[in-house]
Amino acid sequence: MSSKNLILRRIREALGENPSEPEVPRDYRRGEAPVDLDLLVERLVDYQAVVHRTADISGTIREIVGDGQVVVPPGVPDEWLAVRFIRDDGLSQDQIAAADGVVTAAAVAVVETGTVVLDAGEDQGRRILSLLPDLHICVLRADQVVASVPEAVARLTPGRPLTWISGPSATSDIELNRVEGVHGPRHLHIVLVQEAA
Amino acid sequence: MSTHAPKGVGHLRGDRPFPAAAKVALADPQLRRNLQHATTTIRGKSGRVIAELPDWQELRSAGSALKAYTMANLPRLLEQLEERVTAAGGVVHWAADAEEANRIVTELVAATGEKRVIKVKSMATQEIGLNEALEGAGITPVETDLAELIVQLGHDKPSHILVPAIHRNRSEIREIFLREMPGVDPALTDDPPELAGAARRYLRETFLSTKVAVSGANFGVAETGTLAVVESEGNGRMCLTLPDTLITVMGIEKVVPAWQDLEVFLQLLPRASTGERMNPYTSMWTGVTPGDGPQNFHLVLLDNGRTAVLADEVGRSALHCIRCSACLNVCPVYERTGGHAYGSVYPGPIGAVLSPQLTGVEDNASLPYASSLCGACFDACPVKIDIPSILVHLRNQAPHPRSEKTAMAAAAYTMDHPKLYERAQRAAKAAKLLGRRGRGLPPPLNGWAASRDLPEPPAETFRDWWRGR
Ligand code: SF4
Repeated sequence: MSSKNLILRRIREALGENPSEPEVPRDYRRGEAPVDLDLLVERLVDYQAVVHRTADISGTIREIVGDGQVVVPPGVPDEWLAVRFIRDDGLSQDQIAAADGVVTAAAVAVVETGTVVLDAGEDQGRRILSLLPDLHICVLRADQVVASVPEAVARLTPGRPLTWISGPSATSDIELNRVEGVHGPRHLHIVLVQEAA
Repeated sequence: MSTHAPKGVGHLRGDRPFPAAAKVALADPQLRRNLQHATTTIRGKSGRVIAELPDWQELRSAGSALKAYTMANLPRLLEQLEERVTAAGGVVHWAADAEEANRIVTELVAATGEKRVIKVKSMATQEIGLNEALEGAGITPVETDLAELIVQLGHDKPSHILVPAIHRNRSEIREIFLREMPGVDPALTDDPPELAGAARRYLRETFLSTKVAVSGANFGVAETGTLAVVESEGNGRMCLTLPDTLITVMGIEKVVPAWQDLEVFLQLLPRASTGERMNPYTSMWTGVTPGDGPQNFHLVLLDNGRTAVLADEVGRSALHCIRCSACLNVCPVYERTGGHAYGSVYPGPIGAVLSPQLTGVEDNASLPYASSLCGACFDACPVKIDIPSILVHLRNQAPHPRSEKTAMAAAAYTMDHPKLYERAQRAAKAAKLLGRRGRGLPPPLNGWAASRDLPEPPAETFRDWWRGR
């Protein structure tokens, strides 16, 4: 017997004839709730992200990056980029790792948890782009923000590679001291755009 | 038919019974200080962020029901998961036990021709002893989670699900790095950011040059074939993104029915676990995405005793565990003994019920007694697993020395009765002031404490703390 059939048979025998199957109560908060951008900022900052509330995307990015060079996914608009940049057309790991930072858009953000989610769309790019550089600048539009986790899950498309980010990389493994950036980007800047860009 | 996890492979059995192992741990004041600091800190953080959610109890009920629903529909959900992962370009393997899982993974790695794999911290791969199996086949597994790296370099075992190196302090970690980490700067200090920086430099090189990764999974969504890994450091993202081949080992109980169900578990897990509103990183992937991430994906579905747990109607809910470690952090026994005493990769209250069920109670007969039955674990569990009831149920199955049974029953009785327990705790505090361990306690605790190190009375009892949150 294949292990698959063996395991499935063991499970069926273990469960017996009619395993009781409960109704799943869904009376936790699920509907759309008002978005509190101030609270989002507070929660992001709580996770050591730096938040810029602005309508001037390119100026803000320039201020953060200075003379450095960033990598950008194919779909990030030119208007955002008043800095030196290389666009990802299949860059090598070394080229990405050597960049001073990366600029991406986002798919969804969650107020309650201070989370931004990337879904590998054209303006967010391959997962490696937001992983290797030490600085991640993420441009977030106010209309991408939802109040709670259930709303975010509902907005996302399963099947795409998704990365949920809540503050920069962190560890608490040494005597429970929070240390930023063992592996991922050590600096996360959120550019929160409130007017149509 | 019930088949337990096989002997001679993996890490579910200790080399001595709990009371003997606990004695060693109790004699180590440094370990107890570290543990107490850790459990108290995490408990406090967790309580604060849980209090922010007005619907925490509703989420727990949903999580609990979802898990029961999953178990009742396990064959269908596993086949659906297999079908969706396959449709998305992944390959699914079924492993009846640890030996088969190790063989599958080892062969997959061997087929790539690689001699080294990077690993994301995973209970399932620790459970089956995958690292030892890989090493036996001439393949070097590198743990990439900072704590696991500390444990691995220290030739040591993890002591906590969540903070595996909590038994080490900064100067010990510095010494381990200086001794074991190739190319480390000899001027390294014991400053935590500096230690983390040394690990970052050492591991970066490894991430970028290793072509195969092995991970576990927190959730596998049957409806969509999506797998999720929840983490803090970003080493998970590195392993899930950079290599050519990704091999994920997942216990069959980790499947969740639908995409939407993640909305429940993604709220329960981080708040109960690290006391964060959300963990820094969660990665979700479905099969293979051309041009993004590993182009070869294998999912190994692991039984290794889980179906035996499922066969026990009282004990099966131990499979609902989402490995948050909340029950460890509230457990007065765990707080004194630490994880090693349990002899299994699953320590604390959940380990005391899960390990004996996976191995068969005879092989872990002392573990169901490694608890005060105070009920704190049940209250803390985000999926409402009634650990105390399972403990009692398992005690009835295990043959045990009469003396220990009596002593434990007395302790359990006391701790089961709030008034008596609180009085005993106050008395214990007084006894401690007098500098006499255990003596002067009301019966039956005086007899019990004479042969055991009585839990040091916390400044605030768990009951007070729970009421206050
Ligand atoms: S038994 Fe419950 S509290 Fe303990 S680790 Fe599992 S889910 Fe968390």
